[in-house]
Amino acid sequence: MSLLDIHDLHVTYQVASGSVPAVRGVDLSLKPGETIGIAGESGCGKSTLAGAVLRLLPSPTTITGKILLNGQDVLTMKWGQLRTVRWSSASIVFQGAMHALNPMHRVGAQISEPIVLHEKIGEKAADKRVMELLDQVGLPSWRANNYPHELSGGQRQRVMIAMALACNPDLIIADEATTALDVMVQAQVLDLIGQLVRERDVGLVMISHDLSVLADTCDRVAVMYAGKVVEQGPAHEVFAAARHPYSDALASAFPVIGDEQARHRPRGLAGDPPDPADLPTGCSFHPRCPVARDSCSSTEPELQALPGEPSRNSSCLVAQDGLPIRPPVELKETLP
Amino acid sequence: MSNQILSARDLHVTFGLPDGREALAVSGVNLDVAPGEIVALAGESGCGKTTLARALLGLVEPTAGSVTFGGRPLGTKIRDLRAFRRQVQLVLQDPTGALNPRHTVYEAVAEGLRIHGLISDEYQRVASALAQAGLRPPERFMMSYPHQLSGGQRQRVVIAGALVLDPAIIIADEPVASLDASVRGEILALLLRLRQDMGLGALVVTHDLGLAWSIADRIAVMYLGRIVEIGGVQEVLTNPQHPYTRALVSVLPDSPVDEHIVLTGEPPDATAVPGGCRFHPRCPVLAGGLAEDAGVADDCRRTDLPVLAADAPHRQAACHYAHQVLGASAGARSGAEPRPTA
Amino acid sequence: MSTQSTPRPQSRPPSARALRMRRWRQSAADLWREFRAQRAGMVGLIGLSIFVAIAVITPLVAPSDALSVTQATGGRMAPPDGEYWLGTDEFGRSVALLTLYGTRVTLIIGIAAALVAMVIGTLVGIVAGHFEGRVSWILMRITEWFMNLPTLVLAIVLVVVLGRSIAVLVIAIGITSWAGTARVIRAQTRGIEGRPYLERARALGAGHWSQMGRHVLPNVTPLVLASTIMAIAGAILTESTLAFLGLYDPNNLSWGMLLNRAWSNGAMSAGAWWYVLPPGLMILVVVLCFTLCGRALEVALNPRLRR
Repeated sequence: MSLLDIHDLHVTYQVASGSVPAVRGVDLSLKPGETIGIAGESGCGKSTLAGAVLRLLPSPTTITGKILLNGQDVLTMKWGQLRTVRWSSASIVFQGAMHALNPMHRVGAQISEPIVLHEKIGEKAADKRVMELLDQVGLPSWRANNYPHELSGGQRQRVMIAMALACNPDLIIADEATTALDVMVQAQVLDLIGQLVRERDVGLVMISHDLSVLADTCDRVAVMYAGKVVEQGPAHEVFAAARHPYSDALASAFPVIGDEQARHRPRGLAGDPPDPADLPTGCSFHPRCPVARDSCSSTEPELQALPGEPSRNSSCLVAQDGLPIRPPVELKETLP
Repeated sequence: MSNQILSARDLHVTFGLPDGREALAVSGVNLDVAPGEIVALAGESGCGKTTLARALLGLVEPTAGSVTFGGRPLGTKIRDLRAFRRQVQLVLQDPTGALNPRHTVYEAVAEGLRIHGLISDEYQRVASALAQAGLRPPERFMMSYPHQLSGGQRQRVVIAGALVLDPAIIIADEPVASLDASVRGEILALLLRLRQDMGLGALVVTHDLGLAWSIADRIAVMYLGRIVEIGGVQEVLTNPQHPYTRALVSVLPDSPVDEHIVLTGEPPDATAVPGGCRFHPRCPVLAGGLAEDAGVADDCRRTDLPVLAADAPHRQAACHYAHQVLGASAGARSGAEPRPTA
Repeated sequence: MSTQSTPRPQSRPPSARALRMRRWRQSAADLWREFRAQRAGMVGLIGLSIFVAIAVITPLVAPSDALSVTQATGGRMAPPDGEYWLGTDEFGRSVALLTLYGTRVTLIIGIAAALVAMVIGTLVGIVAGHFEGRVSWILMRITEWFMNLPTLVLAIVLVVVLGRSIAVLVIAIGITSWAGTARVIRAQTRGIEGRPYLERARALGAGHWSQMGRHVLPNVTPLVLASTIMAIAGAILTESTLAFLGLYDPNNLSWGMLLNRAWSNGAMSAGAWWYVLPPGLMILVVVLCFTLCGRALEVALNPRLRR
């Protein structure tokens, strides 16, 4: 049975100046024990997607589609049922733990909060669980009495992971959980997440802009751009040989050490990711695309399996015709 | 032109904290940066790389040791540093913060010229700097404000502001960390092009080893105020000898180091530098007994390592084990000859 | 607004002055728009315009002998009637005309004193914020000293010692009220000092005055502007208090002076409300207008304050 099933999700924010489509039709599915990475940069809609799963988005937001968690549609649940689902079926590890943790409360109290809310066990039992969780994330149990500011960035992130595990969820969403951390601390946290996922057989959705990390940690990866999934497939394959020019550009931003091809050949896109309130026509990537054709600005692309590669999906019109997505001549430097 | 080398010799920078403790941010560094080469200064937060960069720019006064440019030491007063400032320039991490939001692009780039009193041909110089930084045609951008430009364009403006003074060396502190990932390549390509076309030298401070692999010629890895390994990028990153460098490279995806070495704990802060080799409390080689087998474990715990030389032609690693077993040269103590392997 | 659109091409090279003028006009237009959106501020502004108009027009249209004691024709502290709408003072002069005349001096002293306080406070604040170490420490101790002094007492001492003229009054009020501004400006300066573009300026080789003039000053100017407006209100109150206590320039009529004259002539105990109320009310209303304007200006400069 599928753990998470997202069908044709559309999320539109309502702001003073109009509506801003943050997610424009995303399909995703995840089985228990599977890990999927969602790669993308600012404004692509990945954090909106994560928030939608637990219905944590601000109220003037229009959401259509289905999000099935263990077979039940999160979007149509009643409030009481949603509260039970939140944290006990699915939980989130946020980025920037300093903001997600309350600086006025001790860390142990914050971890036990969801436990007490969901499981109606006494304080003593909850405290015992907190100690176990801290142990599992590699923190000494006396840290439960610390305040967030007394911990380092890596330690705070571990606390966030402990909080996410508190109610034994089936699904964990890690939203840029390691982005602000040093390389070694990031490795520690990723190892920890990987180990816990394997031990408890939970599903993991990992959101990051670092495609190389996702390639290393996840089974599959979906690359998002301007609210849509532009490429999907086995993580390592997408990273090593992308089938969409955006995924290609993103992958080349994280060169592999030892790869001679990457020495002295940095590649980057011009411009910025598009403003969701002001998207280009046709394929939203075409203004920055190195292989865009005339038809790209007028045709709305669909995510499809590529000819001859059933496990790889891409929404690039060029790739769907079987053509390479990288220009033949390497531009030394793209001009604005 | 070829003697415009920025050098640090036995550089120490110590900060006093309000509670009386001292933070040894930089505790003994020899480093050379010459025009025409890109040197990466890599390390995690707290290793002192940012302080070292600031000291090389004369923005922070060293507690001991010296910084020289072209053989002459930097002065301490603003007036003495003025001539130096034209030759060695700074590019900061966050282009949005580095540009005064009230100044147009033209004013931001012209600022350097006005400070140094180079008022003749101001317009030509600004236009030329913008063009060199890749903003063409320059007229199109001169009247804009930073918030009207993309992140990559803003960083180009900052670089143009540095180029307008015709420097020999640029010190870039995490030049692409604040930019979106897919956009970073264009700025890195620009730095490479400046090195190729103008013979510009650069010291790039970064925590991202992939970046060093992408554009640097040499790399110096810092840990707790010292350089622990220095040499050609290819050599150091595909075959790291210092256990710290090895661990850092090993956790990257598809790394040339086969094992996955995750160090435990976090680096101690600069107020509590361990004795002996400053890395020894976290060193996997020491913890795994290899150092014991090689007979250097005592040295690791008690003997401090010499500061690596700045101008050695080959790669160096400041590690007792590497020195003993791998024949790595470890600075002034052993001289240029490696010891025979055990 | 899309950040991808590149700016329109320019055919002629811009001169530094043209750029600056254009920028000034643009930010002034934006500021005006924000200010206009606040009703309270507009009310204050309209009120102030009326006061300024009164100050300017009165000497031109009112009879020149309104202030003359010898040519006064009314009865002594007579209540309002058809001829004297607000009654008369102890010399028989029209209280209404006196009040209108008083506008000019009150505003002049208030504005000038506030400017003095602002200039001193801004200078001290920026220098104390920019330099670290001993300079900052000394300046802040001086500032704190001035802050802890009872303003009024010091002003009284200065006026008594130096004599009663408009110039002395302006200086006395200015010198005793700059400290608060200095503190605020220093805090703002410290915030700006930490920003990356200051570091960039230093790396480019900028000296202290260049850094302070080119980067710090333009950024604190909005704060200074808003504070000045509020300071005028405070200065007017201080001037009125001093004048009420007898420290006024006898050759220049202000509202505070009117209150003093009313009190010394027993107008309050005699029930001559028409002598006391007009100047008192004018002080109240002008202070209110300045405060509303100042507050609206603060919000217009920093729209986040609105929420």
